[in-house]
Amino acid sequence: MPIQYYIYFCLTLFSIGVVGVLTRRNAIIVFMCIELMLNAVNLLLVAFSKMYYGLAAQNSVANTAGIDAQIFVFFIMVVAAAEVSIGLAIIVMMYRNTHSIDINFLNRLKN
Amino acid sequence: MNLLEILFYVLSAFALVSAIMVLVSKNPIHSVLWLILVFFAISGHYILLNAQFLAIVNIIVYAGAIMVLFLFVIMLINIKKDSEPQKHLYVKFIGVIAGGSFLTLLISLVKQSMPLVGKNVLLKEGSIGLIHPLGKALFTDYVVPFEISSVLFLSAMVGAVLIGKK
Repeated sequence: MPIQYYIYFCLTLFSIGVVGVLTRRNAIIVFMCIELMLNAVNLLLVAFSKMYYGLAAQNSVANTAGIDAQIFVFFIMVVAAAEVSIGLAIIVMMYRNTHSIDINFLNRLKN
Repeated sequence: MNLLEILFYVLSAFALVSAIMVLVSKNPIHSVLWLILVFFAISGHYILLNAQFLAIVNIIVYAGAIMVLFLFVIMLINIKKDSEPQKHLYVKFIGVIAGGSFLTLLISLVKQSMPLVGKNVLLKEGSIGLIHPLGKALFTDYVVPFEISSVLFLSAMVGAVLIGKK
């Protein structure tokens, strides 16, 4: 499978996330679109790691080439889990203060 | 066209349709359910790439933990379906145009790049995605970031409790 197909697929998924962030006003949907973009990037990293592994296997170099990218994806997932817990806590706090999760009312958090 | 390519196309189409449905559905709970389908399709892609550890972690962490958290928050704050404010139609239109031109720009860049020509992704083969080499790398070369991430989780937990408290 050529690497270009994976790049096109991940770019499309990422762009769908960008469109969602630009067009929706519900803060939870915007947050979910950010998760979508993170996942597109993760999939692209894994595809590149397998590409690199295939190239290294052709030249019969070390057989653990490309393992760093998968560790990196694992750490991205770890950070995403922490980020989601904080972000949802912020959304709950925002709902408690403004009784809405419309992102246009985020300027009311100042007081 | 062999079986792997058919699987790739089917999983990609499934993921893209589900991702579009995340945006179009009015009810946030339906959006969460469609997003879970996207994550399952991406896990299928990981299995196709023989990254089995990441496939399982993706299902457990994303579809299992994060999406349940989203559902829990949506049910907790109990927003009414009709009262969700919509952006103006022209703002939506401009958003779609901006995203589409972003996509076109990047795709044309990838199409023109010469170093990517003739590079192939190994499907179904390769042992770097299995749990044995990944665990070995995680606990030898990457043991310090691994321990630091536990500190990150602790601080995230303290922060979430602090923010969520009245």
